[in-house]
Amino acid sequence: MTEFNYSQAMEWPYPVNYGKENEVSADVLILGGGIAGCHAAINAAKRGAKVAVVDKGAVIRSGLGGAGVDHWHLACTNPCSKITPEEMEGLLKKFGDYFYLEYGNGITSYITCKESYDALLDCEKMGVKVRDVDDEFVGAPFRDEKTKLMFAYDYENRFCIRVNGGADIKVALYNELKRLGVKIYDRVMATSLLTEGGKQGARVVGATGLNVRTGEFYSFKAKATILSTGAPAGIWIFSTELAGFALFQEPNLTGEGTAMAWRAGAELTTLERSSAMMGSGGFSYPMYGTGNAHNTWYACNIVDANGKEIPWVDRDGKMVKTVSERYHPAPGQRTFFYGRMSPSYDIWGPSLIPDLPQRIMKGEFALPLYADLPSMPKHERRAIWGLMIPHEGKCRIIYDTYQRAGFDPDKDMLQVNIMPPDQYFYTAWWGSYGPRQWRTGGFCNGGGLVFDWDLKTSLEGLYVAGQSTYPGADHSVAACSGRYAARKAAQYAQTAKEPVVERKQVDGEKARHYAPLKNKNGIGWKELRAGLCRIMQDYCGEYKSEETLKMGLRWLNSIRESEASTAYVRNPHELARTLECLTHITVGEIIMQASLARKASNSALEFNRLDYPEKDPPEWNKLVTIKLENGDIQVGEMPHNYWLLPPNAPTYEENYKRHCILYKAGRTATAHMEGGK
Amino acid sequence: MMKKKAFMVPNPMTPGQAIHFDPELCTGCNTCVDVCRSDVMVPNPEKGKPPIVLYPDECWFCGCCASDCPVSGAIRVEHPLNQRVGWKRKETGEYFRIGMKNPPPPNTKPPVG
Repeated sequence: MTEFNYSQAMEWPYPVNYGKENEVSADVLILGGGIAGCHAAINAAKRGAKVAVVDKGAVIRSGLGGAGVDHWHLACTNPCSKITPEEMEGLLKKFGDYFYLEYGNGITSYITCKESYDALLDCEKMGVKVRDVDDEFVGAPFRDEKTKLMFAYDYENRFCIRVNGGADIKVALYNELKRLGVKIYDRVMATSLLTEGGKQGARVVGATGLNVRTGEFYSFKAKATILSTGAPAGIWIFSTELAGFALFQEPNLTGEGTAMAWRAGAELTTLERSSAMMGSGGFSYPMYGTGNAHNTWYACNIVDANGKEIPWVDRDGKMVKTVSERYHPAPGQRTFFYGRMSPSYDIWGPSLIPDLPQRIMKGEFALPLYADLPSMPKHERRAIWGLMIPHEGKCRIIYDTYQRAGFDPDKDMLQVNIMPPDQYFYTAWWGSYGPRQWRTGGFCNGGGLVFDWDLKTSLEGLYVAGQSTYPGADHSVAACSGRYAARKAAQYAQTAKEPVVERKQVDGEKARHYAPLKNKNGIGWKELRAGLCRIMQDYCGEYKSEETLKMGLRWLNSIRESEASTAYVRNPHELARTLECLTHITVGEIIMQASLARKASNSALEFNRLDYPEKDPPEWNKLVTIKLENGDIQVGEMPHNYWLLPPNAPTYEENYKRHCILYKAGRTATAHMEGGK
Repeated sequence: MMKKKAFMVPNPMTPGQAIHFDPELCTGCNTCVDVCRSDVMVPNPEKGKPPIVLYPDECWFCGCCASDCPVSGAIRVEHPLNQRVGWKRKETGEYFRIGMKNPPPPNTKPPVG
């Protein structure tokens, strides 16, 4: 560390109390106060539980969905939806269980089909604008005149809702938490799970935490715990020099939840899933902030440098001539989801020509491309730029900034960022491309904890919601899994015996938290984190083998013993960031262990083993699980669709009926909720 | 010849100008400090003054500080230079960009909702 003249620095603005211990007790403890955590807190509190929420940031805006949401997916029970949850069950199967993802999870996606619209109505009751109440879109083809609901993508089947007012959703949730008397612990980073007798694999009885402003220590005791932290994300790329934390994922998502569940002995799965999908760190542009044709920008006209329009085609490659046809299924098709991202042709939607890269190479289209908003019908132009962009997470600031700079969608065509032609393959994420980095994330593709139809993990007393579930969650899945996990956790807490915290375990954690304070001459947390990312990219990257993975484990452990144990810390902020680096090492080890356990290449998981080059051998079409037992790694396996196999019922509906708590014969979940008030 | 006093200082942090305060409009209420997910800002030791942007390199550009600021226009969030985007005016072929000198007049149309 360079000598720093402390006499020139201002004193830390918050009182510093390293080691001061705060004891908190609750019926239901919620770790992570994002979308899932907030819906969980609200629902547990409504069931009479004493609830505490712990968040590294501030609940009022924290989490991946904290800055807004534009699409509300899988709202199959809204009055306009022509697809029932049961029919969606079949479609999701074709879609790989969760949107475009194979090796997804049917439990959370079915729960979302059943409760997504209810969760949105919950938000509306909290004051969130959900409908076109200002009648700005009267007569638009995506608006239902009776309910004033607005829809995206498939205007015929109407199960994805455009949220009018999504930018303020987190503030409304926060106010509801306050109204219900939920105890909120902002700026407290959850660091470990406490277990009965301090034993790995035993019942979870609470957690520890560190206040990132004051350095104070927290010990939480709880009958039931819901893990709703983010999935590990910022462990593959780290370079604030380029553009700050320019990841799609929230900067706080360093994997504390995964690491603490692992150390407590919970069973994890699909952590080996790899991807080069979204967000190349500082090389990317603001998400949705460049010309685009999909997702938030669906289905915008795209033209080339000379104004020549890029054609749209349906799933069969047949030209889609009008703009309005882009919002309808092809002849004879039931419905569609996002363009061609799904592995299943059955639900491919209209998209830009899939051979656009080749046609750019041949000179048929000239770069740069532009999003031609002025040529779009007025209601679609206003919906894309005025409704979706300003309400999607991180995008209100794009709207404000671009408008202030004079951008006018009635006149202006937003440029698409220039990339190598092969990267113009159909995608919603043009703006986030840059030089390919491996496992840069994806908010719904990571691995996570194994769970059942109660959203209960392999540990007693521990439930999951949001991104802590595998394969992760988008906004509506987070909201629905949060509500559902809360019902189960609150029910468990009613009869659970009084939790007892093991003092020795707390003391051990405390010592671990403050160990970095003694360091004087090491490197800082940023250099440490960047170095760990390099290990992940090199040894656990696009192509893996036993040899490189084992070397990676050796490197991580060596860094733990050396640079990580001597990194300097000058205030509580740096202490928290340094502890995140230690988490980073653990998460890296988990991912490498998970990668070692799958001894086969797998295309759905984008998982390449150089030493097992054969793709998708049938005997490996299964989930591989890993967990710690007495400190040793136990590898296991589960069938891919375990949720429909014994002891579970063979259908989604029957399992939901058995477990959801809300269900009464002949009544829907919504009717029961409303009737029960 | 220009004689000016110089200092030995560390290199500037990049990106270093994520969040700008208008000192005339900012009341120093610290709402932005409270809502920031990454704890990028700290309260100014001088009461009533704009917060100090201590960790601009940790900004995620979520914009919540500006959205939740009770005084319109007191906070401006700027994406760093390597994230600035351009557009073409369809009728005239003019090219504009975020951050250009002499930009076109602002578009004041509010969002839906």
